[in-house]
Amino acid sequence: MPQRRHLVASAIVVLLLALLPLAGSRYAVDLTTEVLIYALFALSLNVIIGFTGNISFGHAAYFAIGGYACTILLTTYNWPLAASLPAAVVLAGLVAAVVGYFCVRLTQIYFAMLTLAFAMLVWGVAFKWKAVTGGDDGFTGIKLPAMLAHHVGYFYFTLAVVAVGVAALWVICHSAFGLTLVAIRENAVRAGFIGVDTRRMRWAAFTVAGTFGGLAGALFGMYHRGMYIENAYWTESANVLIMVLLGGIYSFVGPIFGAAALHLLQTFTNQYTPYWPTVLGLILLVIVLALPDGLIGLAARVKARRGRT
Amino acid sequence: MTDMLSISGLWKSFAGFVATRDVSFDLKAGELHAVIGPNGAGKTTFFNLITGHLRPDKGAVSFEGRDLVGLPPQKIVRLGIARSFQRINIYPRLTVFENVQVALIAHEGQQWNLFRPGRSLHREGTAELLELVGLAAEGAETAGELSYGKQKQLELAIALASQPRLLLLDEPTAGMSPQETGETIASVRDIVKARGLTLLFTEHDMAVVFGIAERISVLHHGEIIASGDPDAVRNDAEVRRVYLGEHGLGEQGHG
Amino acid sequence: MTLTMFTLNAFYGLALAMNMFIIASGLNLIFGVLRVINFAHGMFYMFGAYITFTVAKSWGAPFFVGVLAAAVALGLIAFAIERLLLRHLYDKEHLMQLLFTFALVLLMSDAAKMIWGTDQYSVGYPPGLGGAISLGFVAIPQYQLFLCAVGPLIAIAMWLLVDRTRWGRVVRAATQDREMLAALGVNVPMVYAAVFTIGSALAGVGGALAAPRIALVPGMDATIINECFIIVIIGGLGNLWGSFLGALAFGLVVQFGTVLAPDWQDVLPYLLMLVVLLIRPWGLLGRPETN
Repeated sequence: MPQRRHLVASAIVVLLLALLPLAGSRYAVDLTTEVLIYALFALSLNVIIGFTGNISFGHAAYFAIGGYACTILLTTYNWPLAASLPAAVVLAGLVAAVVGYFCVRLTQIYFAMLTLAFAMLVWGVAFKWKAVTGGDDGFTGIKLPAMLAHHVGYFYFTLAVVAVGVAALWVICHSAFGLTLVAIRENAVRAGFIGVDTRRMRWAAFTVAGTFGGLAGALFGMYHRGMYIENAYWTESANVLIMVLLGGIYSFVGPIFGAAALHLLQTFTNQYTPYWPTVLGLILLVIVLALPDGLIGLAARVKARRGRT
Repeated sequence: MTDMLSISGLWKSFAGFVATRDVSFDLKAGELHAVIGPNGAGKTTFFNLITGHLRPDKGAVSFEGRDLVGLPPQKIVRLGIARSFQRINIYPRLTVFENVQVALIAHEGQQWNLFRPGRSLHREGTAELLELVGLAAEGAETAGELSYGKQKQLELAIALASQPRLLLLDEPTAGMSPQETGETIASVRDIVKARGLTLLFTEHDMAVVFGIAERISVLHHGEIIASGDPDAVRNDAEVRRVYLGEHGLGEQGHG
Repeated sequence: MTLTMFTLNAFYGLALAMNMFIIASGLNLIFGVLRVINFAHGMFYMFGAYITFTVAKSWGAPFFVGVLAAAVALGLIAFAIERLLLRHLYDKEHLMQLLFTFALVLLMSDAAKMIWGTDQYSVGYPPGLGGAISLGFVAIPQYQLFLCAVGPLIAIAMWLLVDRTRWGRVVRAATQDREMLAALGVNVPMVYAAVFTIGSALAGVGGALAAPRIALVPGMDATIINECFIIVIIGGLGNLWGSFLGALAFGLVVQFGTVLAPDWQDVLPYLLMLVVLLIRPWGLLGRPETN
C-alpha cells in the first residue's frame, strides 16, 4: 500500500525536523519555523486551486484573520492559547464560509476577482479598525505563554500544529470528498451529472481552505509577535499563490515544496542582492517555459526518465 | 407499459432561433428509442432540456410522474436519469478507475465524507462496471490518454454508475470506426436489456438506428415530424422528403 | 458640498476615469482577444510614465513627444515580448500565462529601479494646459478637461477600429474561433501580436498622460493594475463600452469617495467591484460565461 509508505516517510520527516534544534542554530530553527507556517498556508490554498480548479487572489484574508484574531484574543482579552487559537481558526473558517458563499457562484477570473475584492475589504478593516488591530502601526506586543516564548519551544509547537494540520488536510484531500473535488476541477459539467452539487462542494472546499489558512496565520502572528496590515494585502495572496504554482497544483505535497523553495530562496537571495524580484522573475520564466507542472512535475519526469533507462 | 418520460408542448429558443418547437413526446418503460434528425435538428438541445442543462421556455417534462422543469441536473440524475454527452465528457487527468469510482461515490451520496479515503470506496462496483464496458484492463490508465472509442465506453460506464432507470446517450458512437460502432451498439443493447433500462439515444448512423431501435422519432428544425416503429418511420413521406430530399437516408455526416 | 466643489470634483473624477479608461481599455482588448490576464499591464503603465519623464523632463523635449515616445517604446517592448515568449503560452493553461505576466512584473520592476532609481519624480503640466478655464462659479483645470476629451476620443477610435474595419472583424473573429480564421488564411499570430502591441501601447499612453497628475514612484504599477482589473471586471470582460462605463463608475466613486470618506479611499474601488459583482456577476455589460 502506498499509504503506509507515505505514513512512514512523513513520520521520518517530522522526526528529522524535531532533531533540528539539536544542531544549535537559532537561524535554522527560525527559518524552518517560517517554512512550516508557509507550507501549511500554501497547502490550504491548494484546496481551492488544485482541488476545485479555481484561483483565489485573496487567500491572505484568512491568514490575516487567523493571525489578528489569535494575537488579539491572547493579548487584548488575555484568553489562554487553548481558547484563542481554536477561536481564531473557527473565525477564519466562518468568514471564509460567508465570503465563499458569494464567490462560488462565479468561476474563473470572476471568482478570482471576487476573492480579491473581499480580501481587500478585510485589509481595509484591519487598516481602519485601529482601536482593535492597531491599524497601520500593526498589532504588536503579543503575550505568549512562557512555554512558547523561547524560539525552540515555538518551533516544536509549530511543528506539532503544522503536522496535525497537514495530516488533516491530507485526509480531507484524499477522502471521497477530495476525490469528488478533483472530479469537479476536471469537469464540472460531468460532475454535476453524476449527482454532485458542484457549487456546494466548492463552497465547502473554500471554507476548508480558509480554516487552515487561518491556522497558518495564527501561527504566523504568534511567531512574529505581531500582525501587520501587509499580511492581509493582496501581495501576500500573490506570494502564497506563487508558492502553490511553483510547487505544482496537481500533487498534494507540491505546495509544501513550493513554499520551502520560495521562502528559502528569498531569504538567501536577499542576503546577497537586493534584486530578489529579478531572481524570482527568472525562476517563474523557467517554470512557465520549461516546467509547467512545477517542481513536483519536474521530479516526476526525472523519475520517469530514470525508470525508462 | 406506462409512460416513463412524458414531454408536452416543449419550446426552447436561442436569440430568436427556435431549437425546440412544440415537442411532445412519450417514452415507455423498457423501450429502446432513437431520436434522429439532420445536424442542427435540435437533438442535443432536446437532451439538455430533459436533463436540466437547459431550461425550457415553455412546456412540461415529467419523469415517472415527477415534474423535471426547473430542477438542476444534479437533482435530475438522482431521480434515475443518466446520460452521456456528444462531446467526450470525462475527467481527463483522473485514472479510468477513478472516473467511475467518483460516479459511484456520488451515487451513494458519499461526496460529503471528509474522512474515508476516496480510492478505497466501491472498488468492486467500479471493477464490475469497467468489465461490463470492456475497460477492465485500462483501469490504471489516465482517462485523457485513452483512445476516442474507449473514452466513449468510459462515458457509458460513468453513466451506468448512477444506476439509472432511463439512460440517455447522445451520439454514443460518434467518431468511432465502423467496427467499434458495431461492438459498442451491441454491448449497449445487451447492457440495457440485461439491466431492464429504458434507452433514449441520438445517432447519426442509420444502420445502427434501424438495427436496434424499437421506436424512432425524427426531429427536424426542432419539431418532431414522425414517431413510430422503424418501418413506419422508414416509409413516412415527410421523413423521406427531409432525408432523401436533403441528404439521402443513411448518409448523415459525423458530429 | 457646494455646487463649486461638486463641479470641480466631478471634473476631477471624470479626468481620473478617462485616464483609467485609456489604460484599462488596453488590458480589456488583450484579454478579449488573447484571453490572457496581463499582470504586467500596470508595469507598462509605469514605464510609460517614466519614459515620458525622461523624454520630456531630462531631455527637455515637448511633453507630447514624451507621450509618443512612451507609446512607441511600450509597443516595441510588448511586440518583442509577444513574439519571443508569450506566443508559446497560448495553448498552455491560464495559470501559466498568469505566472508569465507576473514574472514580467518582477523583472520590469527591477529594471525600472536600475534605470530610474528609487527617487520620486514629477512631470509638469504641458505648456498651454497648465491653467484653468473659468465657468464663472468654478475654474476647471485645463489638463483635466483635456483628459476628459481624450478619453472618449480613444474610446471612439477603438470602437471604429474593432467594429468598423476589416482588421477589427478579424480581431473579433479571432476571439471566437482561431482555427477557422487560420484556415481562412488569416495570419492569426500577427493579429495576436498586433493586439498585444496596441493594448500595451495604450498602457504606455495612459501612463504618459497620468504623469503630470501624479508622483512617479516605484510601485505605482501595483495599485493601477488592481484598479484596471476592477474597471474591466465591473464593465464586463472583453467589452469596450463596459470598460468605459466601469472607468466612469470607478473615477466618480473614487473621487467623491475620497472627498466624503477619505479614510476609506483605498477600499472604495474594491467595495464598488463587490457590489457590482454581487448584483451583476458578469459585470455591467458582460455576458454570462459559457462552458
